[in-house]
Amino acid sequence: MVQFSRWKVYLLAIALVFGLLFSYANALTPAQREALPGWLPKPTLNLGLDLQGGSYLLLQVDVDAMREKRLANLSEDARQTLSEAQVAVAGIVRDGNGVVITLSNPVQIEPATTAMRNLLGGGMALASDRTVTRQGDNRIRYAFTDAAMTAMGPTAVDQSIEVVRRRIDSLGTREPSITRQGAERIVVQAPGESDPTQLERVIGQTAQLTFQMVDVENSVQEAMAGAVPPDAELLMGEDGVTPYLVKRRVIVSGENLVSASVTTDQSNQPAIGFRFDGQGARRFGETTANNIGRPFAIILDGKVISAPRINSAITGGSGIIEGSFTIASASELVNLLNGGSLPAPLTVEERRSVTASLGADAVRAGQLATLIAFIGVLVFMFLSYGSLFGGISVIALLLNGLLIIAAMSITGATLTLPGIAGLILTLAMAVDANVLIYERMRDEANAGRSPIAAMDAGFNRAIVTIMDANLTTILAALIMFWFGAGPVRGFAWTLSIGVVTSVFTAVLVTQVLLVVWLRVRRPKTLPIAS
Amino acid sequence: MSKFWPLIKLLPIKTNFKFVKYARLFGGLSILLVIGSIFFTVWPADNKCGGLTCGVDFLGGNLIEMSTRPEPVDLAEIRASLNNLGVPDAQVQSYSVPGTDPTGRFHAMAKFGNIEGVSAADTINQAKAALTRDLGPGVEFTRTEAVGAAVSGELLTNGVMALVVAIVLMMVYIWFRFEWQFGLGAVIGLFHDVILTFGLFAITGMEFSLTAVASILTVIGYSMNDTVVVYDRIRENLRKYKKMPLGELIDLSINETLSRTIMTGVTALFALGVLAVLGGGPLQPFAIALIFGIVVGTYSSVYVAAPVLLLWGVKRGAKDEDARPIKLGMASRP
Repeated sequence: MVQFSRWKVYLLAIALVFGLLFSYANALTPAQREALPGWLPKPTLNLGLDLQGGSYLLLQVDVDAMREKRLANLSEDARQTLSEAQVAVAGIVRDGNGVVITLSNPVQIEPATTAMRNLLGGGMALASDRTVTRQGDNRIRYAFTDAAMTAMGPTAVDQSIEVVRRRIDSLGTREPSITRQGAERIVVQAPGESDPTQLERVIGQTAQLTFQMVDVENSVQEAMAGAVPPDAELLMGEDGVTPYLVKRRVIVSGENLVSASVTTDQSNQPAIGFRFDGQGARRFGETTANNIGRPFAIILDGKVISAPRINSAITGGSGIIEGSFTIASASELVNLLNGGSLPAPLTVEERRSVTASLGADAVRAGQLATLIAFIGVLVFMFLSYGSLFGGISVIALLLNGLLIIAAMSITGATLTLPGIAGLILTLAMAVDANVLIYERMRDEANAGRSPIAAMDAGFNRAIVTIMDANLTTILAALIMFWFGAGPVRGFAWTLSIGVVTSVFTAVLVTQVLLVVWLRVRRPKTLPIAS
Repeated sequence: MSKFWPLIKLLPIKTNFKFVKYARLFGGLSILLVIGSIFFTVWPADNKCGGLTCGVDFLGGNLIEMSTRPEPVDLAEIRASLNNLGVPDAQVQSYSVPGTDPTGRFHAMAKFGNIEGVSAADTINQAKAALTRDLGPGVEFTRTEAVGAAVSGELLTNGVMALVVAIVLMMVYIWFRFEWQFGLGAVIGLFHDVILTFGLFAITGMEFSLTAVASILTVIGYSMNDTVVVYDRIRENLRKYKKMPLGELIDLSINETLSRTIMTGVTALFALGVLAVLGGGPLQPFAIALIFGIVVGTYSSVYVAAPVLLLWGVKRGAKDEDARPIKLGMASRP
């Protein structure tokens, strides 16, 4: 008599319950799902962007540009500090991770070194990210430590992700996903957002806000002719035409910003209200007090938004920025400022978008194709192997379909367009295990074995082949998962889940049901044998 | 029970086709096909993708899919609009969404490079603005893709890597489960299938994209699956019939697995055929590549991977003990 393990029946029952419990929610409308009691699990398939519509952006964090800028700031730092300490500087040159300052007069090396060391701050306990070393009798090297240079990249990417997240949240995008990819890339996926233009504009802005004095001692014309003073820079206004010559030294930057808001100026035009923190307010107060009557520039991402004249010292730490704003552009800028500035520029390396209607079309086509293919395979198996053996494989296939949907729903796997193809292929391949088992049983029965012996031998022989054959498919799927991106990964995942569930159901369902049939009927021949 | 139902009874239980007899003929044919496929895939050599029609995934650049209603898309107008804007290498084509578009819209697709000195994203935005202006407000942009040069290069490298790793892993697996002779035979079969599928993409001009790589990987999986079933039977028969000449033994093994090969092949082809007809849009080339791959994969299991064993023979006899399959955990008795 055929040996029969009860645990296999239990396993099947558990699989059936599991399959029903975690897949039924897909058949309900969102409203019906809402109405269900909260304790019921109701996972549903997670549709990829190609099926539900949305935007995909691959952003590159330009870490090199950021390093370059930080190094440029070092030299500004040094120039400013030494000029305040009344040290004459002959030249500052870039050198690896930092700059080398050559003094005009070696006698000043002591006060110069002291002044530079004060820049490091922090005292002994706190390791600084910069070092100051004396080189020879008239040179000082001011540089980032190797550790600081190395940490700059990862830190910049982490900060960028945070900033991007805040900005996208401020847009009200539904369930965005923002993840790091590799060392210097960020992937933004925004379902439902079929036009990534606004997303891109909002993400792409660095939003570096600085307040700098306008250089009134030198002429803009001379600077445009090429004679830019070393402590100043030539910037364009927002219109892209008006040139401004501004001091390089930053009085206050966006880092000191506590909050920004949309407001109106005296002539009722939209403007941006801002408030600084204590340090920012003090620095802004001092500078405005010392420069009454002179203009200062408000600069966003290298463009001068406005350059108002200082009428009196501004000590409260708050004010408004006037410019040619509309309500929309002002509120976008406010969101950007409140979200913080990006530590490094972001560039869009890859961008894909699909409208929801195209996605819906794809889903409709995919559903229809899957349904017809599924029914076709069922009918084919039924006709080929008869009501008993065909029926068993139909039951196995139905349970398989249920399990695939359940497994994909609870793992949160993303069903993509190629994933639907994977699903269809899996359903077709699922019968392979049945076919292998049945063909073996036919062989054994035709060789003269009794149905029970034929079944036993058929199973044991076929299972080796089934495992070998399916492991190769799993291997191929794993490789796709490893190397593939987006939709291909979805396909690989669907294929992997399908292979596992199809082997499980084909082998287990077939075995259990056949044993039941053998016990009940005690047949003399197999209906599929000739 | 009738004579014809279940239908499986129509498949003879024991066939006796002489596959090996024609191995030389089909081997020659396969070699010709492989050479032809390689030629059409790599030629013209000055093209980055050779004879393949690479999509933006691998070449970089931009793609816009649009639809209009109620008039059909005027391809010439799209082309003129893009050329006026100054985008380089503009290619415009229309495509239909078979049976799935109840809205009766007309679809077209444009591929183009970046305007010089302008980022991919801005190029797309400018192109959309120009097309909206020139084609009127009825145009809807259903899909946009922009892939930068760095990313497309990486995608191409990753795609090639995936194929190479897949083939090597398959070889190692077969070598581990069978013997090196089988491993080599399986890999020759795989190369055959992969190269012919490349040839299909080259000759039909179907877009070669990430999805195409996925379809080739799936073909690899299916082809191996099929080869393993045949090899498994060969290995078993090698132990059963120790004296039978290898050619006869291969014929016997292929014949014994033939009904399975046909059954599985037919279901898979049927399901994929439905997908090719009803799946529409981007799934169509995917389904076509898989159908082709399954036909070629089945053919190669029978006519390439198995007979090629004759070229170098296999170990057999008493010394064969170490070549027994490794018992898998699941193979336990009920």
